[in-house]
Amino acid sequence: MNELNIKADSVADNRTAVPSVVIRFAGDSGDGIQITGSRFTDTTALAGNDLATFPDFPAEIRAPVGTTFGVSAFQINFGARSIETHGDEPDVLVALNPAALMVNIARLRKGGSIIVDTGSFNARNLKKAGYETNPLEDGSLDGYKILEVDVSKNVLEAVKEFGLSQKEGLRCKNFWVLGLVYWIYGRDRKDTIDWLRAKFAKRPDIADANIAALNAGHIFGEAAELSDSVGLFSVGKAEMKPGLYRTVTGGEALAWGLVAGSQLAGLEAFFGSYPITPASPILHSLAKLKQFGVKTFQAEDEIAAICSAIGASYAGALGITSSSGPGIALKGEAIGLAISTELPLVIVNSQRAGPSTGLPTKTEQSDLYQSVYGRNGDAPLVVLAAHGPSDCFEVAIEACRLATKYMTPVMLLTDGYIGNAAEPWLIPTIADREPFTVEQRTDPEGYEPFNRNPETLARPWAVPGTPGLEHRIGGIEKADGSGHISYEPANHQTMTDLRRNKILGIARDIPEQKPEQGESTGKLAVIGWGSTYGPISRAVSNKLKEGKSVAQIHLRHLWPLPANLGDLLKGYDTVIVPEMNDGQLKTVLRDQYLIDARPVTKVTGQPFKITEIEDAIDFALEN
Amino acid sequence: MNVAVPTQKLKPNDFASDQEVRWCPGCGDYAILKAVQRTLPDLDVAKEKYVFVSGIGCSSRFPYYMSTYGFHTIHGRAPAFATGIKITNPDLDVWLVTGDGDGFSIGGNHMLHVLRRNVDMQILLCNNEIYGLTKGQYSPTSGEGLRTPSSPTGSVDSPLKPLVFALGSGARFVARGYDTQKNLPDVFKRAHAHKGTSLVEILQNCIVYNDAVFDDVLARDVAADKQIHVEHGKPLIFGTDKNKGIRMNTKTLTLEVVTVGENGITEEDILVHDETNKALATMLAEMDGPDLPVALGVLYCNPSATYEQAVESQMAEAKAKSSAPSLDALLREGHTWEL
Repeated sequence: MNELNIKADSVADNRTAVPSVVIRFAGDSGDGIQITGSRFTDTTALAGNDLATFPDFPAEIRAPVGTTFGVSAFQINFGARSIETHGDEPDVLVALNPAALMVNIARLRKGGSIIVDTGSFNARNLKKAGYETNPLEDGSLDGYKILEVDVSKNVLEAVKEFGLSQKEGLRCKNFWVLGLVYWIYGRDRKDTIDWLRAKFAKRPDIADANIAALNAGHIFGEAAELSDSVGLFSVGKAEMKPGLYRTVTGGEALAWGLVAGSQLAGLEAFFGSYPITPASPILHSLAKLKQFGVKTFQAEDEIAAICSAIGASYAGALGITSSSGPGIALKGEAIGLAISTELPLVIVNSQRAGPSTGLPTKTEQSDLYQSVYGRNGDAPLVVLAAHGPSDCFEVAIEACRLATKYMTPVMLLTDGYIGNAAEPWLIPTIADREPFTVEQRTDPEGYEPFNRNPETLARPWAVPGTPGLEHRIGGIEKADGSGHISYEPANHQTMTDLRRNKILGIARDIPEQKPEQGESTGKLAVIGWGSTYGPISRAVSNKLKEGKSVAQIHLRHLWPLPANLGDLLKGYDTVIVPEMNDGQLKTVLRDQYLIDARPVTKVTGQPFKITEIEDAIDFALEN
Repeated sequence: MNVAVPTQKLKPNDFASDQEVRWCPGCGDYAILKAVQRTLPDLDVAKEKYVFVSGIGCSSRFPYYMSTYGFHTIHGRAPAFATGIKITNPDLDVWLVTGDGDGFSIGGNHMLHVLRRNVDMQILLCNNEIYGLTKGQYSPTSGEGLRTPSSPTGSVDSPLKPLVFALGSGARFVARGYDTQKNLPDVFKRAHAHKGTSLVEILQNCIVYNDAVFDDVLARDVAADKQIHVEHGKPLIFGTDKNKGIRMNTKTLTLEVVTVGENGITEEDILVHDETNKALATMLAEMDGPDLPVALGVLYCNPSATYEQAVESQMAEAKAKSSAPSLDALLREGHTWEL
């Protein structure tokens, strides 16, 4: 394997240096597109680029082969500059079958490049994809740079020495294509080869075949005159803060953040959950962290999941549960109990498009109303939102801090996009963080279950097993102080006020809101929350470069809102609120501050494009 | 700091809270509360370790009347809370009080799963065959034809048998008693001694909405002939004259009542109770008149590993095997690069 020692960059004098590239890999859901994407991601990160990814896969586990609804895609934006989004328009589309081309061609930049596997463009697959004529022959792709390769034939040739069946051989297609793409961008194959060796340690023949496919794709690229078709490129290292990095998905960062948060609180974590798309990766990640005292419990349903977590908090652990919108709806009554009994609880909502089952694998941020208002009675809790994969780590720690300090449920909002997307992450050191150790009550002297800390209004946490603190709690209204059942009218008013004021008081314990970029007064504020951070950030920075008076405000704390937010927003002539829902934060802002917050909404199941936000900014500034 | 305070033996009244009990006068729940308060002093458990968990319904007010730790949760979900509590701290002594509606209608799913998981706790099912707190609608255990505000022309639901459901769910301990039963604490002690989920069905009279529903079994004049108190290793004999017995009809694979001394029947023909025999327990649990008596006592006790033990051993194993001593170390494993 001498070719491995050739550093691709050193032989490619004819490469064009570009600041960033967006590639979209697409194929059948059985083609291993997500693996291809994650391998390309790791290699890209190792090459020193900044990056953002967007896995876009179908809800069906194995849709019929070759159909448009079985198309799986993975998009990556990587560059020698800071990367904020997965990219509006791919520069390169890799289409492993006609359906992948059919579904994704409209996204491709005009004049962009297409790499197709001609081996899969037979009459049957074309028909399944809905093509009446072959797009490779009918001129419909004029204007794009096309590289047509019979990947299927090439890969079978490359792996024939390993004695695999034709089916097994064709499974190596994705690595053949990856080898080719690595050549196009001058990337090292070593990391992928190491990964394959480790992944298939028990099936060295499969590892060897995939490595052979990877190398064959690369060799194909070297021999072909690509500079005349799709071109050869180099993407330099990005300026990034020095330190030790890894790639992280939102799901992983969230799981690690919850463990870090419980450790900083000095508590064991208990995670009760029920599988649901797209929240399950958090359960999977935490189930592997038993060595850190994390107990995971796959409950019989969503309700049991949260109830077990509340039981765990009652018993002295940090109870955590996780779901997506439909599951959160089922948990509503139990959330009310946690609010009423004032127990700490972290509830993670990996939002997806709704209502009802909606679009389970598509992203949306339409559960803000549900989070802030969605319970019977006056039932306030804390709502936080993560704005990107690595931010999930910080927000998870903040959720643990607030839940334990204020004895309250905290709703942590993320979404399918953040959960599955990956980005480079400067690895934090938890040992350097300030702990927020929780003190559970042990002193029976003067103990009353609802006798509050005058500053935080939190009640004492007295855990079963503690002598002398035996007490009863429940969902019936409790007398202020003693916690005994109370039907007294005035007491219910008092307790409702206390529950509200406790949560609103948290505004004093969170940072003042500052613009992410732009001035703190001016013509236009673009305020967002959650995963719209990337496109808003890039759009605002582009407009600032054009000299426009615009600022970006991005909320982590959605309830209570930061204490200065109303004053801050009133310093701008216009406020627009881009969000992937029908205008929910807009409503909250109007309600809280009586300002003319204007909605910019999108619910296509796809994240905002930068240009869409730019257009909204231009429109708001002109009107 | 939990300091073990050596105390003299507690009395039943030490387990009563300072809250006024608000069940209807004459409710069977009073007797069950007393039976529990008579049971706890005899168990070798520190008072602060007891946790009483309940759902919603008349019987679910139970924790408020105990001076132990108590959690009155939401309708039907008590098994899920209790599971979280026990997994978090296996040292706690968890008791769950539920009713036929709470435990077997809205909470049927959780009951199924807590039983099959075998989480160590005692479940006291106060079965009064009616919805009391919502004013008298039929419950999943109500008899067919029962007229209630929601079934004015008679219920058309087929009633559920909680202990049969429990055995079908994989319960390792099921027992039955009734509210005013003198030796009810002995049944509770057996349930407590069993490590795993122990379900005790208690036939409980609702004096307001379903009064005397169990009289055909519990009334003094019929009790001896309509009840059989089962005991492990002893023949299944009952009746005023102690001469009736339960025999297995080997042709129909059903239980039948025979009289010792009649038709050549001897004590040899009578089944001996084996509380580890699930098939027998299931048939005993099914017995419900008119020809067969209602079985009381421990119908099934066949312990197996508990859920929380399995969790604890996996936790210990993961700690022993872990390559990363801390989360910081874990984050630095795998693909990393220095910039």
